[in-house]
Amino acid sequence: MKILKVVILVLATVFLKVFGQTSSLMAQDSLLEQLQQDVDPIENIVLGTFKGTRLINGHTVMIRGAGNLDFMISHRFGRLNSGAYNFFGLDEANIRLGLEYAFTDRLTVGFGRNSFQKVYDGFAKYNFLRQQSGVRNIPVSMTWYSSMAVNTFKRPELPLNFQRRLSFAHQILISRKFSKCVSLQLMPSYVHQNLVPTKEDKNDLIALGVGGSLKLTKRTSLNLEYYYRVNPNEDDGLYDVFAIGFDIETGGHVFQLHLTNAQAMTETGFIPGTSGNFWDGDIHFGFNISRSFQLKEKNKSW
Amino acid sequence: MKAYLIALMLWLIASPLWGQSFRTVSSEVSFFSSAPLEDIKANNEEVIGVFNADKGAIAFVVQIKGFQFAKSLMQEHFNENFMESEKYPRATFEGKVLDYNLTESGEQQARVEGTMTIHGESQEMEATGTFEKRADEIIMKAVFPIALEDYNISIPKILFQKIAEEVEVTVHFKFKEG
Repeated sequence: MKILKVVILVLATVFLKVFGQTSSLMAQDSLLEQLQQDVDPIENIVLGTFKGTRLINGHTVMIRGAGNLDFMISHRFGRLNSGAYNFFGLDEANIRLGLEYAFTDRLTVGFGRNSFQKVYDGFAKYNFLRQQSGVRNIPVSMTWYSSMAVNTFKRPELPLNFQRRLSFAHQILISRKFSKCVSLQLMPSYVHQNLVPTKEDKNDLIALGVGGSLKLTKRTSLNLEYYYRVNPNEDDGLYDVFAIGFDIETGGHVFQLHLTNAQAMTETGFIPGTSGNFWDGDIHFGFNISRSFQLKEKNKSW
Repeated sequence: MKAYLIALMLWLIASPLWGQSFRTVSSEVSFFSSAPLEDIKANNEEVIGVFNADKGAIAFVVQIKGFQFAKSLMQEHFNENFMESEKYPRATFEGKVLDYNLTESGEQQARVEGTMTIHGESQEMEATGTFEKRADEIIMKAVFPIALEDYNISIPKILFQKIAEEVEVTVHFKFKEG
């Protein structure tokens, strides 16, 4: 009995050994395939949802990396339908100069000066959710955006204290990159203006923005943006802001060319106060140019 | 009987099934691009490798999104425009290490040749490097010159001054048996 046991054991061991060897010899042909299966999932954060920090007039969820300073020059020319005498609006230009700095990979603070209504604006933007797969699955990116604007335009007919010159806008930007080429964004917005034209006008405005970007090539994209005003004042002669734009990205620059019915370049301006009717030809040609400077590099030692 | 059984088990467990197989315990892949306007560097630790000492077979897998750049905008463009890392998330190499002596201690020169796959394109290539056996560890270093054109990675003309056509990819592995 004992001998039989030993024989079985020996046979089993040898069989195991040989079988083990052949199977690993077979596996050896696919050393790489084996290895491929052992790769740990990486935190796969979706990149490049939009090319710029602006969609067209408003912001995108995008935040530049920590230590990045963006210098931004934006123009909105006059109305296309102002005719050849005004060179289709190009004789007249509004300009915004802005600087924005990313303190972390999630937080940007910026300010700007607009020639339109001589407005100074400042904003903070915090990206609290990032679309990603891999280790964690998050289907959307979300960014909180808050801005304040000071209208410094002189109006001798009105006693204007500092308080009255202020207006505020808050947004939650929600975006999803659906594919390599298509990204969409929702922008629930709240705008408060301390001063409105008449007593009957409301100071608060709720709006819902929708926007999207279609990548045409690796470096260009077509963008659309629309803000629907949920509770506008009646017969105020104002319109929802609509814009169509084209982005060109070349390394550190993003060039954005667009057509829009808005003249203002701050949320506190273009959401509640757009006086042009896009479909009547009150269209302004405009552009944003941003240039990135990396002031502080991560991991300098490299 | 018991002793025999234990001996058998030991033989089964202790002796390697095939060759001596080594796994990376730490690894780093970095690349360096030198162009007139800018030197670009990036590091990646999201890399695993395996080395079979008997056959000299080596393979490694690099997760493209693991490359860390000093400039985050560059990192985005690297992934989005050049490597298309959503479509091609990994770069791989499979080949052989040649001219090394496993019993010799200290650093020695070695060659490596095999198939590199980057951006979905495979190329046969050869590189030189160093090989060092330290106790139960093997340290390997190699430099692969990568011509971007070979891997169908196109650089727009406007960035020619910033990105070299050939970049240096350095791999640095520490293997342990197991």
